[in-house]
Amino acid sequence: MGFLKKLFGGTAAVQQLPTGTITVDRNGHIVASTVSTGFPKNLLQTIGHDVLELLREARAAQMPLAEVSLHFGSLRITARELRGGAIIFLFPQTALLPTPQSLNSSRP
Amino acid sequence: MEKRNKILILDDDNDWLLLCRDLFGALPSQPEVFTANAARRALAIIESEKIRLLVCDLKMPRIDGLQMLAIVRRRFPELRTIVLSALEDEDYRSRAYALGVDLFWLKTEMQRNSKFFNECLESLLSSRDREGDTGFRGIQSKSLMDIIQMECLSRSSTVLRITRGPLVAKLWIQDGELIDAEVDGARGEVAFQRLLAWKSGSFENLPAEPKHERTIQKSVNALLLESAQALDEGTQATEPDSVESLAHRKTIWKLSQLTREGADFILSVPPEGQGEPEAIGTQNIAATAHWTRRADAIARRLGEKLEAGPLLHVSGQNLDRQVVMIAQGDKTFLAGWPADAAGNLPEKSRKLIASWDS
Repeated sequence: MGFLKKLFGGTAAVQQLPTGTITVDRNGHIVASTVSTGFPKNLLQTIGHDVLELLREARAAQMPLAEVSLHFGSLRITARELRGGAIIFLFPQTALLPTPQSLNSSRP
Repeated sequence: MEKRNKILILDDDNDWLLLCRDLFGALPSQPEVFTANAARRALAIIESEKIRLLVCDLKMPRIDGLQMLAIVRRRFPELRTIVLSALEDEDYRSRAYALGVDLFWLKTEMQRNSKFFNECLESLLSSRDREGDTGFRGIQSKSLMDIIQMECLSRSSTVLRITRGPLVAKLWIQDGELIDAEVDGARGEVAFQRLLAWKSGSFENLPAEPKHERTIQKSVNALLLESAQALDEGTQATEPDSVESLAHRKTIWKLSQLTREGADFILSVPPEGQGEPEAIGTQNIAATAHWTRRADAIARRLGEKLEAGPLLHVSGQNLDRQVVMIAQGDKTFLAGWPADAAGNLPEKSRKLIASWDS
């Protein structure tokens, strides 16, 4: 039975992508969250800090942004500025989600 | 004894896995075939076995194919990947190619053209080298001219689909003769000459279309010679006046591109210390370039921490304007659009950047 262990014994550390919404205050502290508690809190904190930094840098460049979206291969992060803080939406991009094309074609 | 290649098939349909195991196991090179019905199991197999090729489905529960491909591309960059899916949506094809897959096949197509599919598999299994930064994916260090000449010399019949970012071109080759070309709305010889200016990209062979209309009458060698002469004449223009007028013409052309697409501005930012940012349509170059560099660095750092796959783009908006930031090659571009600009702005920005940068 050794070969089974060899095949499936290794535990591949796969981190699931976060899904839900977080709200951060102007200092980057998480005020509210609907993301699963299984997702590491320090990573959520990092998302909050990085998004606020993006918005702050945009203001410094005289290009204030009300909304910013980061599009990755398998995750979209959309943040709306809220009085110095932000509400951040996390959407994993999976093949199970409808694409804009398929939505258009399914309309009557 | 010759070492057998190892293929891993990942699909949540167990019947399909059994079918593929039989089909792939019967390939001439007799590869060793592994199967997995979940991404976690597949990753464990890749970690323990020296897998050469991953054949992956897209629609799977929990961790789906796109996420799996993003993980694989990051952790096992040398692994060859094929997507075998039933999803007939072009959007999935481009999303998969954006994640760096070698081939995208529909399950229905695979069954219809099984001989061709097997040849593609064998070709991927036998190629040992990885491509560099330049050259066309699939055949290493070969220019597009080389690829076309090879297809014509071998008297093959095929359709070459060539992609460079959002730009897609097609070349129809019938019995070793180039019969038609299509790129960005242009057809025939004009399209072919435009296509030869592409420095890099990726290509795939599609089944031949023998009944396709012929628009190119000249031989492929005559066309390649004409193109090479035009390129030589262009590089010989080193007189100060001609260089100045060339730069002026380039600026006018870029401005007209910007106006035609309806964008407000475009900014090209090279890596720190490797030149000055260039922009058309904005005066606030230094500050905007600084934000573009910072946004790129922050987004990449975040993407790596979250293992969210490659950064596709960053977009932002306020009441007056929308911006799209896209990294291409070693440069980062920021395109500004009016607040009411409609349509797929990232796609429009990519087209603008591709034509700007060529």
